[in-house]
Amino acid sequence: MTDLASTVRAKRPEFRNINAFSDLPSYKLPPAGIVSILHRVSGAILFVLMPFIIWMFDTSVSSEFSFARFTHLFGAGIGFVPGWFFKLVALAIMWSYLHHFIAGLRHLWMDLSHDAVTKEFGHSSALVTLTLGSLLTLALGAKLFGLY
Amino acid sequence: MAVNYGTKRLATGAHYGLRDWLAQRVTACLMALFTIILLAQVLLSKGPIGYDKWAGIFSSQWMKFLTFVVIIALLYHAWIGIRDIWMDYIKPVSVRLSLHVLSIIWLVGCAGWAVQVLWRL
Repeated sequence: MTDLASTVRAKRPEFRNINAFSDLPSYKLPPAGIVSILHRVSGAILFVLMPFIIWMFDTSVSSEFSFARFTHLFGAGIGFVPGWFFKLVALAIMWSYLHHFIAGLRHLWMDLSHDAVTKEFGHSSALVTLTLGSLLTLALGAKLFGLY
Repeated sequence: MAVNYGTKRLATGAHYGLRDWLAQRVTACLMALFTIILLAQVLLSKGPIGYDKWAGIFSSQWMKFLTFVVIIALLYHAWIGIRDIWMDYIKPVSVRLSLHVLSIIWLVGCAGWAVQVLWRL
């Protein structure tokens, strides 16, 4: 036995499973973590709503008649579903696209510049991503609902 | 090394990391470029945008070319992303394989529809 192996070491920290009631309320995700999970969530939203996006592309470019159908959906709605519901769905697509776009640019920036791969840049760029995504969604949403 | 052939072969998983990492970025750049070009055409047009102006953007041959490439890029980009989600959260191979197949059907169907719209413009 060498000295190295026989030396008594300090007890290493022990990690158990997270308890939903005692740990989760105090567990705080950093901004970069929030951007990361929202990048995934926004991508999934776009994936699920893809047929609606293509439907909008289809009706808006195919003919003047279908274009009228496209605009009618957001005004009068269809069947028992009112137009504002489709505006809300469109708003969800807008936010998802904007967040996914900006968070994606953040990824690309960090791939290109290794100076940007720091704790500080990760924090500040995450805050910029969240703010810019929200503000642009608010601005476009106000336009969508006819506030200006 | 773990056995990965015969009955022990993994039917699901990425195991081609760099290629997909790169593909994800190349397709992302293409779609970002498309977004900027489309946005520029919308913003640079004068007056309210009706059917003529909107459909006119997609009627030029170079825009159709670009839109077609972007549809294919989106198909691949979404596949890599969604597959990563299934691989992270869904562990049973049978469920994961089923979801992979359904995702492919969903994406290929959507891409076909989008191309069809573009084709008849």
